[in-house]
Amino acid sequence: MAVKDYIRQRFLPHMWCAGCGHGIVMGNMIRAIEQLGLPKNEIVVVSGIGCSSRMPGYLDFHTMHTIHGRALAFAMGVKMGRPGLRVIVPMGDGDALSIGGNHLIHAARRNVDMTAIIMNNSIYGMTGGQVSPMTPAGKRSSTARHGSFSKPFDAVALARGAGATFVARTTTYHAKEMIDIISQGISHKGFSVIEIMSQCPTYYGRKNKIGGAVEMMQSYRDGTVKVGSKKAKEDPSLVERGIFVKEDSPEYVAGYLAFMETLQAGKKEEAQKSEPTGDHPDLVKQLRG
Amino acid sequence: MKTTAKFIQGNEAVVEGAIYAGLNFFAGYPITPSTEIAEILSEKLPATGGKFIQMEDEISSMCAIIGASLTGLKVMTATSGPGFSLKQEAIGYAVMAEVPSVVVNVQRGGPSTGLPTGVAQGDVMQVRWGAHGDHSIIALTASNLQDVFAMTVEAFNLAETYRTPVVLLLDEVVAHMREKVVIPESGEIEVVARLRTSVPEGTNFHPYLTREDGRLPMSDFGGVHRYNVTGLVHDMWGFPSTDPKIAYDLLHHLVDKLENKADSLARYREYRTEDAEILLISYGSSARPALHLVEDRRDRGLKIGLLELQTLWPFPRDLVRRMCKGRSHVLVVEMNMGQICQEVRKSVPRPEKVYLANRFDGVFISPADILRVLFMIQGKGV
Repeated sequence: MAVKDYIRQRFLPHMWCAGCGHGIVMGNMIRAIEQLGLPKNEIVVVSGIGCSSRMPGYLDFHTMHTIHGRALAFAMGVKMGRPGLRVIVPMGDGDALSIGGNHLIHAARRNVDMTAIIMNNSIYGMTGGQVSPMTPAGKRSSTARHGSFSKPFDAVALARGAGATFVARTTTYHAKEMIDIISQGISHKGFSVIEIMSQCPTYYGRKNKIGGAVEMMQSYRDGTVKVGSKKAKEDPSLVERGIFVKEDSPEYVAGYLAFMETLQAGKKEEAQKSEPTGDHPDLVKQLRG
Repeated sequence: MKTTAKFIQGNEAVVEGAIYAGLNFFAGYPITPSTEIAEILSEKLPATGGKFIQMEDEISSMCAIIGASLTGLKVMTATSGPGFSLKQEAIGYAVMAEVPSVVVNVQRGGPSTGLPTGVAQGDVMQVRWGAHGDHSIIALTASNLQDVFAMTVEAFNLAETYRTPVVLLLDEVVAHMREKVVIPESGEIEVVARLRTSVPEGTNFHPYLTREDGRLPMSDFGGVHRYNVTGLVHDMWGFPSTDPKIAYDLLHHLVDKLENKADSLARYREYRTEDAEILLISYGSSARPALHLVEDRRDRGLKIGLLELQTLWPFPRDLVRRMCKGRSHVLVVEMNMGQICQEVRKSVPRPEKVYLANRFDGVFISPADILRVLFMIQGKGV
């Protein structure tokens, strides 16, 4: 299938500004899903609020555009409700790391099998360019007119520290790398956090006189290096890209189902007396032998 | 399952009712005085194939049940005052996106941290207007544990029928007292199943196109119909829209689907109202001392009766007007500063005849508290 076959074309044109990086992320996410050969009916995309969070509406999957910062909490219900579904959660940097920070660290702690994509444009775009927890110190925004004087998060370190079992970073300039990383993130059995540096020429680029989309993407090319490379060690101002964490660890929902299984087995005799009432009647029946 | 009788706590009656109604997903966060609901469900749900999760906060608990409901499960969360405040944005989302869900709010003293272990009924207006914007919502309550069981089942039934969040508004006394509850055989009380679309795969499914009978069939996430759900004003596809006509129609739909049904949604009990000159109106645990007073005064020859409301929202205005007609006085008994009393006054042609007997100091209102106001009305002095 072509990229367009994954898009709800009746809802186009999209609402992103010219030069915005989010469309590149959406396109590459589709390419990753296509490469993996995943059926559309098995994919749920859940977002919060912000420019990036408008993505699900354009996608021909089960889609949910929720409230600011809480996408991962809604996604948790979806994943537990139907564990067989692949859950992808595109978020902005404000959505994921400011208002939604608590949900991010707890989803990571639980290691629940879903893919969080943080589209980091270092600013609140939807509301007109306010400072975000990812705005680098000294950079300007409409609520940091003299420049931000606080340090931004390192999303990779945060996700790793909270227990995410797949952590990666890439940029909109590195399109092929992005497809590979998203593909690996979706395939990973556990909580995947992928930070994608995505340009906002309208607000961040303009307020900080970086230039348009092209100049911003060039800055991603020149300002980032492969993780663990020699260059990264020589110049600490360069931002590392690539896969930082990829490890096997018990996954939450699978753990819950196993726990349920043990309980059921323990209460086999008692359970046999009644019809299974949960949403996994087949599993329950199977366990009853 | 056979009919069983249990001697249980109010919060446990909620659990029994929810399981009877088919609950299979619960997300919650500990808070007094509702915590027992989560505690008991953490044991019972996994054992019956259901899902239980203690989320990281109150907000995410509400969000998680909405997500789970969209996959086709019957869902509930339970909380109290401060937690209920935190859930409001997501409750508004469930209203807007029309996601069946049950929210238990075991009221305690407020505002803020207030009186965590004290009884109160101060959240009545918050239930109605806690989420921002014009909307409507269903709220049910009960004064005894058999009714708590029945109203919990009813909450699930109405949530599914009207695709709306339903608030089960209890209070600390009802939640923590113990009574005998008869749990009927399955099938004895009707349990409403989710209405799912009959549109076949490959045919356009409009998730927000209301049927002629006013109902909106659903399709589970993970099923054959892929659609969008949003908290923005949306069209029949569930896609965001700023078209004034679409916005107007959607808001009307959300309000009318409940407010136009206020009479048929009214659940209530009457005690000795037929010839009553004085009518008490109460709900929740306050209705217990009110009923005690009715029996006590009847023994002394006073023509007094009680209307116990079980549906608080949409407010059963016509019922209240009918019931108040011809009475010499109406006395509203509640544990707040007159939240339902105001609604009663708005419903009747002579609001000056509606009085309030209340307490809001964390102490359970007693028959003596109500009697003092009754004496005042009767000109007998305090």
